[in-house]
Order: sequence, then structure tokens, then C-alpha cells
Amino acid sequence: MIPHNLRYMESHEWARQEGDIVTIGISDYAQSEIQDIVYVELPEVGTELTQKTEFGVIESVKAAFDLYAPVSGEVIEVNESLLDAPEQVNESPYDDGWFLKIRMTDPGELDELLDADSYQAHIEAEHA
Amino acid sequence: MKRTPLYHIHESLNAKFTEFGGWEMPLQYSSIVKEHLAVRTTVGLFDLSHMGEFEIRGQGANELVQKLSTNDVGRLTDGRVLYTLFCNETGGIVDDLLIYRHADNHYMLVVNAANIEKDLKWVETHNDSGAEVRDVSENTVLIALQGPKSIDLLNPFVPEQDVSEISFFRFAVDEVAGIPTTISRTGYTGEIGFELYVNADDAENLWNALYPAVMEADGQPVGLGARDTLRLEAGLRLYGMDMNDDTNPYEVGLGKFVKSKNRQFIGKNALLREKKKGIAKQMIGFQMLDRAVARAGYAVYQDGERIGSVTSGAPSPSLKYGIGFAAVSSQAIPDDGKIDIEIRGKMHPAKIAKVPFILR
Repeated sequence: MIPHNLRYMESHEWARQEGDIVTIGISDYAQSEIQDIVYVELPEVGTELTQKTEFGVIESVKAAFDLYAPVSGEVIEVNESLLDAPEQVNESPYDDGWFLKIRMTDPGELDELLDADSYQAHIEAEHA
Repeated sequence: MKRTPLYHIHESLNAKFTEFGGWEMPLQYSSIVKEHLAVRTTVGLFDLSHMGEFEIRGQGANELVQKLSTNDVGRLTDGRVLYTLFCNETGGIVDDLLIYRHADNHYMLVVNAANIEKDLKWVETHNDSGAEVRDVSENTVLIALQGPKSIDLLNPFVPEQDVSEISFFRFAVDEVAGIPTTISRTGYTGEIGFELYVNADDAENLWNALYPAVMEADGQPVGLGARDTLRLEAGLRLYGMDMNDDTNPYEVGLGKFVKSKNRQFIGKNALLREKKKGIAKQMIGFQMLDRAVARAGYAVYQDGERIGSVTSGAPSPSLKYGIGFAAVSSQAIPDDGKIDIEIRGKMHPAKIAKVPFILR
């Protein structure tokens, strides 16, 4: 259930690279742990993000969770449909439930992220 | 952390656990929303073993419970339950609890898990009438059955009577699935339901008898996550969140459980004084006007001025918007009911709402 074409953070965000554009979401494991997502707070288009710093918040019935940027860059698109239908993050974490598209400033930052196998190992370690 | 006698059952149901009042309790089994809606539409099964139970009996028991309780225990007859508060000498709330009257000079007190030691000490310190006080929490398991289907579900397990005839805030001592049980028509959800007290040794048998019937009725086992959203929708306060040793009953909207006429109890003089002086803080219910979620501790504003803080807040699974309680300055309550709540540095619109948030 962990797509091999993505890169991951230990904080469970994923990054999908297409040229210098990176799409960001959270993993299936993360959504199943958080559950019942009722609210998503995202930055506006044009915001500059810095790798590994907070860019938004998702809220479940129980608690709020910070979101961290996998790479630095400018927000060029926001998934506005999540404002009215945040449950898409639970239902489709790798597709309909994406958060942002970023024009990344340093492609080298992608190499600092986990590949699917390392992320799998990280989840198993966290769950143990 | 303490574990309930049903811990391994929760584990086998893949529950997620949480720490609450020193106990490792099931937070959720499937999803908080799913469990919440099951209680609203069918039935939910809860393990509430963490709650504390004291037995108070013998000569002086009547006197002791009257002296401790803000509500009038003298109004209880056998088989009735009373919601009440213990207050300290300055009127602060020591705990909120239920008092069950089994007979003259024979009571069961049901107190909050986190307060068991504090309450026991409180009761023992003030026991100068010679009553016998026993903490039976370890031997007592509380299993709750809550939701519109709970009467029909429970009845086949109780051959000796029709449980629909046990009215609200009354109880019967009988057998459920052959197990000696105190069947109480009470709950913390705003739904029709029962709280079933059994000996810890019988807890697993009772759970195992009820569980298949609950699933058959499209119900769910329910964890503390949904218990919190259910009580919030029903407008019920939670000790430790909405009230504590420093808040008095009037400040949290529980003044109607203070009965001062022709009786004495600890805290009475302080409470009469406070009431005369005027209550500076008040508890309001609020609902969010956007999709944001206000949680405990967030600041409440009116026209840019800080007027108080959220004490409990969550998204309501039934209403689909954020609801909660806030402690605000009595003078600052706006006529139009419009307030703002600061969430991560930004103001979000909210308004004062009627409590309970849902009417059954």
C-alpha cells in the first residue's frame, strides 16, 4: 500500500515529483492512524515553504496534526476541494486527497527524503 | 497505568488505547464518528471500568452523604439515583458524581476515575458520623449500553422484568444474562440507555453476552473518543476540563444541583456568599460558524476583546460543525451571541448556542 514512485517524510507526508513541480499529501498509514479528518488548513497560492517546516494543519475529531513541507518552494496550487470535503484525505490519500503543488527551489532536497522501502521500515519501527 | 478486566477483549477488537485518569482505556475501535453515530442511531457498548465506586452504609450513612452533597440526598427514595456535586469549603467543586440509594443508610457513589483517591480521602476525612466507607472500584466493572435500541437489546437478557419500566435516573438490582447486576437507567450520551454495574469477575461474561447482540443490532463497541463527543453534544460537563477544585457550580451552569434550603452541606456558606456577590464567570455553549475546530484552552473574544477560554471543544459528528463550552466573563456576554475564537493565531467566527446542542 506504499507507492514506490513517491518520496516520504518521517512525519508521513509524501512528495510526487513531475519536473520541478512537487505534489504533497499524507500517506495511507497516516490517514488511517489519524482517522475521521474533518478540517484541513492550507497556505495560499504564492506562499513560500521551507523544507521540514510547518505549512498547514489537519484536524480529526480527536486532535490537530501539523503538516511539514517535504521540499522548499512556492505554492502554485492548493486542493480547494478539501475545504468542503476533507474526508477525501481519508478516502484517497495518494490521489484526490493531495494538499498542494509546489515549484521546488532545490531538487537536491528530494534526496533527503525516504524511499518507499525506508518509509515502510520507519512505519514498522514506529508501530513496534 | 491501570488496565480494566476487559483489556484483552479490547485488544482483540484492535482498539486504539489512550491514557485517561491513570487508566489505559480504549480510545476507539473503528472510528470515533462511526461509534458516535451508532450510539445516536442504534446502540453502543462501553467499558467504563475506570469509574470509581464507593459503598457507604451503616449508621450515619444518611448523614454523611447529605453533608458532602450539594444536591439534596434526602429527596432520594430506594432505587433512585441523584446527580450531585461535592464542594470544598470555598465552594470549589471536588467532583461531580452519582449517588445511588439502595436503602436507608445504604448508598453507592460513582465518581470520576481521576478523582478516586481524592474523593475517598474527602469522604473519609468528613466521616464523623461513623458510616462504613468502602472503595469498591477494583471489584466493580461498569459496562454501559447506550442508544435507541438499548431497551430492546437488553430486555431478553433480563427475564425477571421489563427494563423499559426502569425510568430515567432509577435503578434495579437484578440479573442480566444470569449475572447479578445493578441496572441503572443513566448515561453520559444524551440517549436512552443503561449503565450496568457488575462484579469484576463477571465482567467478561457480561460483555461477551451483550457484544454479539450489539453487533446484531448494527451497534458498535464505543471508546472514550466518542464518549467525549457524545457528552459534549448532550451538553454534559466533564470534570477536569469544564470544572475543577477552583470553579464553583454557578460558574459552570450547575447551580440547579445546589439545594441550600433547610439543609447543611460543606461549601454551603461560601456558595451563598458567591451567589449574593454575583457570579463573575459563566459557562456558555458555542458553535463554530466556519469549519474550524475550537479546542480546550483556545481564547474567546468579543469585538477584539478577550472574554474567556474554551474548556471543551470538538467537531460534532451529528451536527458536522465544531461545538464546545467556554468559560467567559458574565458581563461580556454579547446580546447578539457573536463571538470569535482564536485558532492558531487567526480569529474564527462562532456564536453562542443552546445547550444541549442536540435535542432527543
